[in-house]
Amino acid sequence: MIGVLDYNAGNLTSVQSALHYCKAKFTILSRPEDFLHIDRLIVPGVGEARAAMEYLQNNGLDQAIMEFCQTGKPFLGICLGSQIILDFSQERDTSCLGLMPGTCKSFSLTYGEKGISPRDFKVPHIGWNQVSWPEGKEDYLFQGIPHGRSFYFDHGYYNSPLSKDHVLGTSDHGISFPAVIGFENIRAVQFHPEKSGAYGLRLLGNFCLKQPGDR
Amino acid sequence: MLEKRIIVCLDVRDGKTTKGVKFKGNIDIGDPVAMARQYYEQGTDELVFYDITASTEDRGIMIRVVEEVAQEIFIPFSVGGGIGSVQDMRRVILAGAEKVSVNSQAVKNPGIIEEGASLFGSQCIVLGMDVLADKDFPSGYRVVINGGRVPTELDALAWALEAQKLGAGEIVLNSIDTDGMRDGYELTITRLISEAVTIPVVASGGAGRPEHLAAVLTQGRADAALIASMVHFGDYSVPQIKQYLHKEGIPIRSDWGL
Repeated sequence: MIGVLDYNAGNLTSVQSALHYCKAKFTILSRPEDFLHIDRLIVPGVGEARAAMEYLQNNGLDQAIMEFCQTGKPFLGICLGSQIILDFSQERDTSCLGLMPGTCKSFSLTYGEKGISPRDFKVPHIGWNQVSWPEGKEDYLFQGIPHGRSFYFDHGYYNSPLSKDHVLGTSDHGISFPAVIGFENIRAVQFHPEKSGAYGLRLLGNFCLKQPGDR
Repeated sequence: MLEKRIIVCLDVRDGKTTKGVKFKGNIDIGDPVAMARQYYEQGTDELVFYDITASTEDRGIMIRVVEEVAQEIFIPFSVGGGIGSVQDMRRVILAGAEKVSVNSQAVKNPGIIEEGASLFGSQCIVLGMDVLADKDFPSGYRVVINGGRVPTELDALAWALEAQKLGAGEIVLNSIDTDGMRDGYELTITRLISEAVTIPVVASGGAGRPEHLAAVLTQGRADAALIASMVHFGDYSVPQIKQYLHKEGIPIRSDWGL
């Protein structure tokens, strides 16, 4: 059974529809005790990091996520759900879960530092952008998806893990940034697979059916 | 590289897709859910639904359309028309829309942009603005509301910048002069606004041929182009348009796996 976490961060409708389409069996989780009977966890989310983290902490869900991840069962974070797995987010300077060393950074701040014009590369980064990975290093989530296909993004902050080994796919918007991060059982995608057409559904299907390390 | 989006717009009235010229003389052209599915399968990057009805009863029909679309269409879509409160926003977001579009109501009450952005995030809040050429205004264009019927004292460029400051995540810029004329987008104001703001700008109003999209996405510097008549009436298909733009060297999603 797949658990989809409801933590008051945006709506779950799109993710639920996509899982229905993939014919996956899933349940909506809203309390720590709901985590008991699931063998896969999806943390979706749109919205703002600080509010999301506060909600998780106030409801004991931060601990529940971390304990789930320690079991080695597959985890998938989507968009905001991908950003909160790092140590820290520049969005209202928020301490996050720290499942992976690194920071979620602001495009605008990075553009300022690097002298990139925000008029050339608009923020939020909204739209379809291509996702690439190093040759021969296709993650299990990308099975059956050709290299360099486009996924739908909608975000103003991007994940920047400390270790390059944790970057499983990249995209480009003024700078090259990680579109997929992960290690062991943890995967986090910045784009919205549930809104990325047939290839997005394929990625979600891979998460529902396969195991990390599958080829 | 971020690709330019082709957005198909469906005006919905009494549960049916409809299309007019310069916001007038609308005729029904089909079932919005079936049309949305077809456009999805043809590689459309995004959809916009405008609820052009007014009664509360019909609002319920619109919410059902949104729910059905969310169940079977796996690309982003926004809903606009008659969004006057954050409760209205919440209703369409919970029904499955990614974004909500505010237009006349935002002019009357700009606070709705700020409130919506803080509740749902800027990426959720789209400012729709209808403009008319008017040389008495600094940018050369004035904002009009209520479906193009009521002129305001707002300058188009000033309003775009103000909406960005309030937290809008995107602007859909519609020219009343060119809407439904299929004679090309209004390039001047599109470029002016697109170069002034740092959020994405969607050009709307006037698409009739693929060349028009190419022009507004390059000279007009728009991030996305909204189309309606040219595909609703079967003159062109989305793949045909995308093929043309691809050939012109415009970055476009050309493989959607269907």
